Amino acid sequence: MKFAYAPAPERVRPQLRERYGLFIDGRWTAPKSERYMETINPADETRIAEVAYGDAQDVDRAVRAARKGFERWSKLSPADRAKLIYRIARAITERSRELAVLESLDGGKPIRESRDFDIPTSAAHFFYYAGWADKLEWALRAQRAPEPIGVCGQIVPWNFPLLMAAWKVAPALACGNTVVLKPAETTPLTALALAQIVEEADLPAGVVNVVTGDGATGAALVDHDGVDKIAFTGSTEVGKIIQRRIAGKGKRLTLELGGKAANVVFADAALDQAVEGIVQGIYFNQGHVCCAGSRLLVEESVHDDVVERLTNRIRTLRLGDPLDKNTDIGAINSRVQLEKIRELVRAGIEQGATLVQAECELPARGFFFPASFFTNVHPSHRVAREEIFGPVLAVMTFRTPDEAIDKANNTPYGLSAGVWTAQGSKNMWVAQHLRAGVVWCNTFNKFDPSSPFGGYKESGFGREGGVHGLREYLKHA
Amino acid sequence: MTATVSVDAVMLEARAAELGKRSIKTSAKLAGIDIAIGCIDLTTLEGKDSEGRVRSLCAKAIRPRPEWNEIPSVAAVCVYPNLVSVAKSSLAGSSVKVASVATAFPSGLVDLDVKLADTAQAIAAGADEIDMVIDRGAFLAGREQLVFDEISAIKKLCTATSAAQAIPLKVILETGELGSYAATRRACDLALEAGADFIKSSTGKVGTNATFPTALVMCEALRDFHRRTGQKRGLKLAGGIRTTKQALTYLVIVNETLDETWLDSKLFRLGASSLLDDLLMQYEKARTGRYAGADYIPKD
Repeated sequence: MKFAYAPAPERVRPQLRERYGLFIDGRWTAPKSERYMETINPADETRIAEVAYGDAQDVDRAVRAARKGFERWSKLSPADRAKLIYRIARAITERSRELAVLESLDGGKPIRESRDFDIPTSAAHFFYYAGWADKLEWALRAQRAPEPIGVCGQIVPWNFPLLMAAWKVAPALACGNTVVLKPAETTPLTALALAQIVEEADLPAGVVNVVTGDGATGAALVDHDGVDKIAFTGSTEVGKIIQRRIAGKGKRLTLELGGKAANVVFADAALDQAVEGIVQGIYFNQGHVCCAGSRLLVEESVHDDVVERLTNRIRTLRLGDPLDKNTDIGAINSRVQLEKIRELVRAGIEQGATLVQAECELPARGFFFPASFFTNVHPSHRVAREEIFGPVLAVMTFRTPDEAIDKANNTPYGLSAGVWTAQGSKNMWVAQHLRAGVVWCNTFNKFDPSSPFGGYKESGFGREGGVHGLREYLKHA
Repeated sequence: MTATVSVDAVMLEARAAELGKRSIKTSAKLAGIDIAIGCIDLTTLEGKDSEGRVRSLCAKAIRPRPEWNEIPSVAAVCVYPNLVSVAKSSLAGSSVKVASVATAFPSGLVDLDVKLADTAQAIAAGADEIDMVIDRGAFLAGREQLVFDEISAIKKLCTATSAAQAIPLKVILETGELGSYAATRRACDLALEAGADFIKSSTGKVGTNATFPTALVMCEALRDFHRRTGQKRGLKLAGGIRTTKQALTYLVIVNETLDETWLDSKLFRLGASSLLDDLLMQYEKARTGRYAGADYIPKD
């Protein structure tokens, strides 16, 4: 008898509204713009719901509400703030299954990931920072009274919609700030669900405001004089624009931008486990991960062995319906992103790299791209330099540890890196010399709310997570 | 001897846990149960084993659920050497093999000539397959050559027999006593090089038996051996495998680390006693949507 996995779809369906307004000052309101946009399911291109398009007037309303909210929220006793943030954390846990489905439906990621990673880690961030709310004195280096910054404009990307919102909203609230959250254009639904949770948790009006929209909405938020701090996660290109626009305005800024992380595999590594780390590093969330291990640097003596193992391994990856519990590779987030991936893959082929791709049938509808990697890549190739933000890995070789470090650091980015070796001293030595915000040793993509995350160089500045993340939301920190 | 292969616990366990999350439902579950039953070495290895007990186990091995014709026989019945002849006669005319533990199971702490005599006796009594144990003490003390030589000697006995074909040799590594995944991997490589037809995880007599990460390490060793030599060798997981869910996860690990051709009793066995009952119960549930009462499953 043949052992073929039968479809195992997640059957819970979240409660959806036909049309979502903006969440401003504790109320759902129609946009002044009078415009709505559709949000679609990237796995089958069907419409899920309509969400309001927030223009500059709507952003202005939200910022004013946040300012008003700040007066109350910042004066609330820290223990009471903590209580309300804990409520949000518990509500996320209680609604985790529904939120996971919503995240996969709207963004295309496999339910296995939204269920086991995105939603539990989002809740964990709220739990973690709720605990800090009444202990902020301990977060500061100097013994000063902790003071919140004010109104924070927070712009989050589409790859981990709820988690990125949690990374930003939780520490801001714990420190006594209020927020205007601008979710990504293609993935607004879990941010709107978070607004519902905030509403049900009885937070004071104006503490959390959610304004959906597109790049122009984000720009209006960045430009607004009533905003004291901008926190942005997204592309380096947009990060640079933001930094220019707020120059001289006295606004605080944290940027978490792109990456082109090196996964460095030495010949003495546990190769099967390194291959798992490579797969985790580049195919997790279809490669839509800013810290993705998108460059594989492998010691020349084991190059062929590793490539053979990787080729066999990607054959077992199951691509398809994001809501199937056995799906490993879901849908690419949007048509625009799919085109960008295709363009870079074409460039890789034209520049002479060798494409290896998992043979699998792509669904007839929706945006899909098979797990892929390039061998014969040279450091000058576009696929070795540019962030692809898709399930495409560039494989290169090195001969000595020094060469590995040189090549790994030879990028304008510096968000993350991986080191694979069975030798502890080499692991530490290489990690010390890699110019990246996070270095994972013999593992990859491990996250915890207590651990800071952020970049070197063009991957941004400021840290999210841990005690470091609190300092980004306090004055004098 | 092959080079030592590094194994790292963190990603190994992460991968095993990930495979344990595969959702095996409906038709896949039925197929998995069918395969699992056909790969069972139905085992009784207790000090109180008797002829009567072995005969009733054999009857169940041939027809696990007499009223359902579609249920296959199990692969083998596994007993101590002095019950081999009883099992052999009870299984006559069926496809079910007689496997015998040998070499001073479960500890293996006797001299090689005693191990050889033990094995020869089991073969003479009609054993179709031999499950030997390695000397873990020697392995952990670094005396790999001794372990290798003992396996080779038993293997030679299994091939030199007068039987029509060579007797498959399963080499029990007792991974629960080896202390690390890296040692397990080393023992796998050693046993395969020495001629093991199957590498087997456990005796079932120590605290830790087959686990998902251990099964994964063993599959990796078998896959690499196949890559290196072109030969497909078998895997037997034993000890503590009681539920259908566990059995299905083991099938998933084999399926995704080796491939589907390994899901056959020629290359895969589950050494178990009570697992069969749960598989039968889950089979009925998957087929009819209802659980049968435990009394509908024959006790052996």
